[in-house]
Amino acid sequence: MTARSQFSLVPALPVRWQAPAAAQIAPVETVRAWFETDLTADLLYARGLAVLTDARVLHLSEDGGVEDWKLSTELLLNHGEHGGVGTLELLRAGERVGQLRFTLAEDLGAKRFVAEFERLAAGGEPASESIEHCPVCATPLDPSQEECQVCAAQLHTPPSTWTLFRLWRFARPYRLQLSIGLVCTLASTFATLVPPYLTMPLMDEILIPFQNGTPIDQHRVMLYLCGLLGAALVAWVLGWARTFVLALVSERIGADLRTTTFNHLLSLSLEYFGGKRTGDLISRLGSESDRICVFLSLHALDFVTDVLVMLMTAAILFSINPWLALATLIPLPVIAWLIHIVREKLRTGFERLTRVWSEVTNVLSDTIPGIRVVKAFAQEEREGQRFFAANRYNLEQNDRLNRIWGLFTPTVTLLTEIGLLVVWAFGIYQVSQHEITVGVLTAFLAYIGRFYTRLDSMSRIVSVTQKAAAAAKRIFDILDHVSSVPEPANPTPLPQVRGHIELRNVGFRYGSRSVVRDITLDIQPGEMIGLVGQSGAGKSTLVNLMCRFYDVAEGAILLDGVDIRQLSIPAFRQNIGLVLQEPYMFFGTVADNIAYGKPNATRAEIIAAARAAHAHDFILRLPQGYDSLVGERGQQLSGGERQRLSIARALLIDPRILLLDEATSSVDTETEKEIQKALENLVRGRTTIAIAHRLSTLRKADRLVVLERGRIVEIGNHDELIEKNGAYARLYEAQARNQGEDDA
Amino acid sequence: MSDADFTLHEDARGRLQLRLADGRTFEGVVPVRAFPLGAPEEFIGLVANDGHEVLHIPRLADLPEPTRELLARHIRQREFVPRIEAIESCTAFATPTTWTVRTDRGRTELILKAEEDIRRLGQGRLLVTNSHGLHFEVADLAKLDATSRRILARFM
Repeated sequence: MTARSQFSLVPALPVRWQAPAAAQIAPVETVRAWFETDLTADLLYARGLAVLTDARVLHLSEDGGVEDWKLSTELLLNHGEHGGVGTLELLRAGERVGQLRFTLAEDLGAKRFVAEFERLAAGGEPASESIEHCPVCATPLDPSQEECQVCAAQLHTPPSTWTLFRLWRFARPYRLQLSIGLVCTLASTFATLVPPYLTMPLMDEILIPFQNGTPIDQHRVMLYLCGLLGAALVAWVLGWARTFVLALVSERIGADLRTTTFNHLLSLSLEYFGGKRTGDLISRLGSESDRICVFLSLHALDFVTDVLVMLMTAAILFSINPWLALATLIPLPVIAWLIHIVREKLRTGFERLTRVWSEVTNVLSDTIPGIRVVKAFAQEEREGQRFFAANRYNLEQNDRLNRIWGLFTPTVTLLTEIGLLVVWAFGIYQVSQHEITVGVLTAFLAYIGRFYTRLDSMSRIVSVTQKAAAAAKRIFDILDHVSSVPEPANPTPLPQVRGHIELRNVGFRYGSRSVVRDITLDIQPGEMIGLVGQSGAGKSTLVNLMCRFYDVAEGAILLDGVDIRQLSIPAFRQNIGLVLQEPYMFFGTVADNIAYGKPNATRAEIIAAARAAHAHDFILRLPQGYDSLVGERGQQLSGGERQRLSIARALLIDPRILLLDEATSSVDTETEKEIQKALENLVRGRTTIAIAHRLSTLRKADRLVVLERGRIVEIGNHDELIEKNGAYARLYEAQARNQGEDDA
Repeated sequence: MSDADFTLHEDARGRLQLRLADGRTFEGVVPVRAFPLGAPEEFIGLVANDGHEVLHIPRLADLPEPTRELLARHIRQREFVPRIEAIESCTAFATPTTWTVRTDRGRTELILKAEEDIRRLGQGRLLVTNSHGLHFEVADLAKLDATSRRILARFM
């Protein structure tokens, strides 16, 4: 048996470990699992390889060190993690015999290693489940992760400018307008190059002969002057047309980009919106798409014009006199390079300034919303100091930058003058040799002046393009993101829903953290289930899974016997009423908010729903009744009032299934009673799953399901569970005690 | 708190075993710094398995020798904050970027996700958080070599 066949059951080892591993592992051993370590036991960076065979655990280190531990019933593996460092402890009879350490980058492999170790200890066969491997680097993939953790490191590279070409998808519909714009650009650029050309005959045929005594030919002067005026007018009209057409197109591209991105964003799963991404997403949709717009309509256009001017001018110059043209163009690359260097310096300076500026705004956005706290603790002076310090730092950085900035324009001017000097010197020499006329030299000088000013604006293109590419990348990041809750290709039609929910061995993970494990539960139509457990037990996750905000990692959820993944998402969610702890009120009237899930509801229906939700009376007390505006977050309403509006919202769509996620936790006991009454109307006849912190609110539940660390530990009604004297009884007693203390 | 108040041992698993003056013993206590950045040598809590602090040590230096050394070693084992000695290169001057750094724990690469992940601690001290949430420390910005400072300056 060769070394290769020992590894037949597991993914191939990284190349650098193949030889050392083959040297250590006996041919009779079968390799069951391996993972790479990247720290030593003393927490120094060093690569290593941990191998699990059917006989022992083996650890090879980078420097050739080998440790091994024979498998026995007494050998245990203990996985731990703290502060970004993972540890695998090897214990024999309670004694630590070894320790493998690694950073979180290797954690996934380590967990699989432990799982395989346990399977081996239990006498099981090697894992038959097909573990998906990253197609790029062959690292096992975490099923809940959409991208490979290891390859993600390589994705952390700055965007390439090529990203901008992907915008073509949005530019395609405007091909015609784009071509018109391009033709206009070509023509208008050409028109601007006519006047310098006309200086040549004006000099050679009119002015110089006049100095030599020939009278001015008025007819020809008129002709040339008309030519100058005509060229200027044509350039003006075409320039206007070009800017207008291209700005039109770029604005439309930007708008299409925004709409497409927003629609795509709405289709993504909740997983994508997790964390503190709101601000970031808003900025991507707003300012980043605007930045692309400005780039297309302004900078890209300018750049194209600049390049055209350069090419055309060079062609004209060479056609007039190749030698002088050569002398004119030789200093160009040097000057371009110098301008580029200064620009780069300025760019980093400006970037730093933006960061410093954000520090100043940070102080503001920190202090002003917290003004009550600032005043209550009489800390105005300290906040003033903080602002002063941030401001002073800003000043210092500005001063530094201004030193270079002040240098910039004079430098460009100086370089231009030097370029002109070269042309003058070589031109005079050529005139003296009678190789060119004075008119040619004048034309060259006129051309070259336009030439150099272009260099400055061209040097800007590098940084502007980079920024636009970064913006484009951030937008395409959203567009490329595939929803982790995919809409089925051929959804099973959903007839009248009865409300029978079945959970089969449901499991779910956030990242590498397992939240819900092996949950099996059968919920009859019309039954009310109360989910009970400490925070972090997985109650909300379970509700999110039932709403299909996330998809289960293991097992399945069935509605009336059909896997919910086979149902069309909108059709499925129409049957679900969700009442959250923090009800969200959209900006609009009270009526709009109640009718959110059923925009075509009649006024009578809205009132009926509000009445059933015990919201009608307080709505009538509002100044404009059902037409009162509710602020951005429903500010003018109390927590209990908002909650009752959200109950009315759920009642109006008349769902078969009702999910209540801590619907009464954020209000006082008195208000809770009100809401409770409203909820009773809502719950009647519907399959209900309720999470409540206050156990007293779940008294009416048909069954209570007690969760602990993602698993079901007890099921039964209140009395049964109290009698059982288990986890529920403990929770209940603890609350009753607190309640007693509060009342006392 | 006087040194007679408690004794500390290392058991066979390499865990800390604490015995208090009143006779209570705790297995597998973990030393936790209350101010890992501001005062790493002071205010150390010994936390038991259940997550509750069982003993508070105001100053590490006040402990008698074998105990102090034992505790210091355990803290070192637990806290992994590599000190950046030099930034050798970076893949890009825009985030996200991968830095190749030389640390007191060896050479490694770190991915900086955003500029906010560099935190100023005052007096030139910096704390850099990588994409996995691991912290790296820069003891004194001014003492780094020119290349490192040039790279850092682009992100600060």
